[in-house]
Amino acid sequence: MLTKRASLKLATALAALMVVGTAQAAEKLRLLTWADYVPKDVMEQFTKETGIEVEVTLSNNEEMISKLRATQGAGFDLVQPSQDRIAGPQAEFGIYKPLDLSKIKSDLFIASMLEATKKNTTVEGKVYGVPHIWGTDGLIVNTKAAPKVADYNDLCDAALAGKTSFRAKRPALIAFAFANGMDPFASYKDPKAYAAMMDKVGAKLAECKKTVKFFWDGKDQLLNALRSGEVVAAMAWDTGGWKLNSENADIKFIAPKSGALGWVDTFAIPAKGRNDDAAYKWINFNMKPEIAAKVAASAGNFTASNGADKLMQGKLKDQFAESFPKAAIDNIKWYPAVPAGIEEIEGKVLDRLKAGS
Amino acid sequence: MMTKSAQRLTLFLLLAPAILWLGLLIVLPHVEILVLSFSERVAPRVYAFGFGNYLEFFTEPLYWRTFARTAGMSILVTALTLVLAFPIALYIARVAQGRLKAMLLLLCLLPFWVSELVRTLGWMMILRETGVLSYVLQATGLTAERVEFLYNDGAVILGLVYGGLLFMIVPLANALESLEPAVVEAGFDLGGSRWTVLRRIVIPHAMPGIVAGSIIVFMLTVGNFATPVLLGGKNGLWFTEQIYAQFITRFNWPQGAAFGMLLLLLSSAIVWLGLRLTGQSLGTTLKQA
Repeated sequence: MLTKRASLKLATALAALMVVGTAQAAEKLRLLTWADYVPKDVMEQFTKETGIEVEVTLSNNEEMISKLRATQGAGFDLVQPSQDRIAGPQAEFGIYKPLDLSKIKSDLFIASMLEATKKNTTVEGKVYGVPHIWGTDGLIVNTKAAPKVADYNDLCDAALAGKTSFRAKRPALIAFAFANGMDPFASYKDPKAYAAMMDKVGAKLAECKKTVKFFWDGKDQLLNALRSGEVVAAMAWDTGGWKLNSENADIKFIAPKSGALGWVDTFAIPAKGRNDDAAYKWINFNMKPEIAAKVAASAGNFTASNGADKLMQGKLKDQFAESFPKAAIDNIKWYPAVPAGIEEIEGKVLDRLKAGS
Repeated sequence: MMTKSAQRLTLFLLLAPAILWLGLLIVLPHVEILVLSFSERVAPRVYAFGFGNYLEFFTEPLYWRTFARTAGMSILVTALTLVLAFPIALYIARVAQGRLKAMLLLLCLLPFWVSELVRTLGWMMILRETGVLSYVLQATGLTAERVEFLYNDGAVILGLVYGGLLFMIVPLANALESLEPAVVEAGFDLGGSRWTVLRRIVIPHAMPGIVAGSIIVFMLTVGNFATPVLLGGKNGLWFTEQIYAQFITRFNWPQGAAFGMLLLLLSSAIVWLGLRLTGQSLGTTLKQA
């Protein structure tokens, strides 16, 4: 049996523990984001300046949406889905809360990019996302082994059989639609026409599958295969291409003839986020040019922060200039918001692509 | 002396963790999945009751073909595992003695001390085009070019058989251990050849072990996810990948739930059919496992 005094002590200790526990919880920002978006020094500096600890979980677009959907928007305080993947899931599942734009320092952003993202992430008059990091999808090519590759269709060249790769996900459908003279974005609003178009693209990809070594899934898997020469041309993100280019000058990121696909990753707040203040602090902190430049260097991509480009190191700028001549920049196809229902059409085409032999 | 009610309370308390485990972690989620599988999306955030998700499985060839392929390959994997495991189990149960026996069992167990993912990644390092096997073949002059062993059905079967082996060996060795040596000797004395003794004495005696091992390996294989995803090629979609795709990339939970229920029902049906065909009952089999 506990003595009265001992149990009193125990109770006090427990109470103290609970207070400490809640105090700690209040000082935490649970961030769901992409690999390399939170360099260690940036995280430490934030904790030093604000006293808020950042708990990072790495993910991708689909998993972010699925995770939030499972909890109806709980479990995280700030997430970073791509700008085109906010409006649809928000309309469907209600997993985000509208942003209080007065708490975001808008002059830290590149104005045109902020406006475009706000427009794309607006549901029923409310804004759900602001831009953070942007980049493109294009071709990573080993120019020595596959000198002729200049567009997505070249990944299907029989001469490269067993040496090309792309992801069996929606960017591949969009890219091959453009490469074969179609405009998928123009048909977003017309599900029937879109389904017909996707069937055509699916047939093209099924044909192309013969030359594909594997449908890549993780970035590292693809980069390793490109490094070892097992794959010589692939559809992938620019950042991976530039990373390999730094190691081996023969490997280049090429903006395809039919246009690189432009994506913007955003900041959005989950519907049941518990620490909005910390989330806004993190956004404003991250968009400061000197911080944004660090994050951009870590991710190997570009930032929507106004003025950060002047602080960035030369290498990435040179690589960007080589991959993107002026005409290629103008030809970047930026993803418009994906309406609800579109992904279901794409999903079936992708299922068939993966299952069929 | 304990009274009867106290005994009952003790029993209940002892069973409570198991009951809670079964109820909260297995029964409850399955009920929820079952309910979910009957809902159909009408409009954003509006769902209605219906059988559409199940109909989709039977009307869209893509899905039932994927299941048929998965089931077929799982049966093949089970059969291969059985053929490989039988001599090993026989050796462990009948020939090996003392420390050797313990060591052999330990050797079978050893790979399972690392996670399935790591084991699969190990296979990837061996089989890939720039991997160990391809390198050895080139170094010994057997091939001039690099050879790709990864990303095909063969690699998937290899990985799955490797993963299932232990679960076949243990019940088999268990069953074979109780075999009386005198019975085998009598078989030989009566003029039976090795083959006849194996076919008419050893295998019938081991049958409950064979069935138990086969059920475990089949269920583990059909529900596996990591191995087919990592080792499989662009043509090999495992049914579990369909479920993952519905839940995670398609956000279509009702469809994924229906696929999950179908996987449970159809693979159970295959097991039931296997029991019927071999004339075993689940009761004797479970004793062996």
